[in-house]
Amino acid sequence: MTLKLGVPSKGRLMEQTFDWFAARGLTLSRTGSDREYAGAIAGLAGMELVLLSAGEIPRDLAAGRIHLGVTGTDLVREKLPDWASVVTPLAEMGFGHADLVIAVPSFWTDVDTLDDLDAVAAAFRARHGFRLRIATKYHRLVRDFLRGHGVADYQLIDSQGATEGTVKNETAEAIADITSSGDTLRANHLKVLADGLVLPSQATLFASRTAALDADDAATLVRFRALVQNDVASAR
Amino acid sequence: MDRAIRTRAAAFQAHFASHGAVPVETPILQPAEVLLDLYGEDIRARAYVTQDPLRGEQMLRPDFTVPVVQMHMAHGADPARYTYAGEVFRRQETDTGRASEYMQVGYEVFDRSDAAAADAEVFTLIAAPLVHLGLRAVTGDMGLLIAAVAGLDTTPARKAALRRHIWRPARFRALLDRYAGRTPPPATRAALLANAQPLGCAPEIGLRGRDDVAARIDSLRADAAAPPLAAADIDRLTDLLAIAGPMPQALATLELLSRDLPAIRRATEAMRLRMAALAARGIDPATLHFDATHGRGSMEYYDGFVFSLIAPDQPALPPVASGGRYDALTRVLGAGAAIPAVGGVIRPELVLMLEAAR
Repeated sequence: MTLKLGVPSKGRLMEQTFDWFAARGLTLSRTGSDREYAGAIAGLAGMELVLLSAGEIPRDLAAGRIHLGVTGTDLVREKLPDWASVVTPLAEMGFGHADLVIAVPSFWTDVDTLDDLDAVAAAFRARHGFRLRIATKYHRLVRDFLRGHGVADYQLIDSQGATEGTVKNETAEAIADITSSGDTLRANHLKVLADGLVLPSQATLFASRTAALDADDAATLVRFRALVQNDVASAR
Repeated sequence: MDRAIRTRAAAFQAHFASHGAVPVETPILQPAEVLLDLYGEDIRARAYVTQDPLRGEQMLRPDFTVPVVQMHMAHGADPARYTYAGEVFRRQETDTGRASEYMQVGYEVFDRSDAAAADAEVFTLIAAPLVHLGLRAVTGDMGLLIAAVAGLDTTPARKAALRRHIWRPARFRALLDRYAGRTPPPATRAALLANAQPLGCAPEIGLRGRDDVAARIDSLRADAAAPPLAAADIDRLTDLLAIAGPMPQALATLELLSRDLPAIRRATEAMRLRMAALAARGIDPATLHFDATHGRGSMEYYDGFVFSLIAPDQPALPPVASGGRYDALTRVLGAGAAIPAVGGVIRPELVLMLEAAR
């Protein structure tokens, strides 16, 4: 058998992942045509590269279809119930930084904290007859966060894209979304709550706790971990 | 579902029916938009909700009480006693060992005559067929805390905020500390209130308008001007929440406390009558544990007596049976009408599991 490593199949995230492994002596490359999702890995025998959509990597790790995978912390925590029982983070990779935050319209000068959001949600519901809407695609993370902080009278509205536009379109009153620079939020007249950081996220190398390993795979995994984790230790 | 569970559920239902309850059924598919708000945060997050093109947001029944109340308020004659048996559905997102579909067998009483007697009737009928399991009974009374909050010497806005967060203990405590002046407001709040033109000039977007922002700033100003909650009031509330022990001792402590806290006198008297009604039905109140915080983690529709029957040596197991009084829910679903009501459920699969483990 081989040890399967799943990495994002396109774009900047793929390039940065390739660079990160190259710096640790593992050369990842795409094979075949540009459109074919096949890859090769050189530098360590017994490994196989699998190119996947970043959003599917958490599920493939949890199902044990791949042994190792590169994806965002946010996606692992959102998509995998009880994530720590199915995957182990091996290394934070230092790119793909993005924070999941709660944002409200900038002109809400009376709202600065979750405390304010909660009070506003109660008043909003009394006036409009329905719960204040927060648009997001991170339902689990946002719900757990708001419940942990005792915020009530809100509802989550599913938004799979252009979430920052939902307030202006009046399909939501607030949003919870990933931001790296905050530019998109500002351009859409939104501001982040002072205590509204739900989760800081970055590209992370995870190991599956469910994938089957034969003796050869286990030996390969030890060598692989030595390559990727020594570096983390020496960088500190 | 396991045949043994169904058989046992039918036996429990026959027990309730033999005491005069009418068997009822409710649809599995329920309208989520109206009903979901009536449960606690926990159930809200765990209901299976889906979109129906014609009927709007629908959910798989997460409990029976709300649909049974709705049915009774629509066309029930009182007094009434109902029993039901069927599946409820709750998503399990973290604890994968828990069932997401399970049976409940319930007994609900709608009766204006004697609240204490109805409380005791429900508790006794639910506890009787479980006696052999040696379960621990934990009771509480949400009416005490609700009354204590209503009786605080502070602004209606503060009381409403505290009342709203009774079921979220951490935020409840944080609000108390702020109203008492024990935690200062954030610096940004002080800056906002000191600002002569607090509305700013960012563009107005979304349904919540600048008039709403102005209105809230006015209410923040009013709150900043309100005197802090008295330390003695907070201490009494803290004392109330700390009451725990066998029911008779808890009642004695409550009676002492109610001398300084007149707001809870009626709720304390209700507890005394309930204790007498339980004793009249052959239950020794000293065997029932009372905890003033019991019920704060469960259904938000309970507003009086609450109880759970718990397997003492299996703390991770959900309660084998639980229930409570929900007078206000009947008003919410009754379109103006209301009737005192109390009920509870047994989970037959947990009963079978405990019996098998013996």
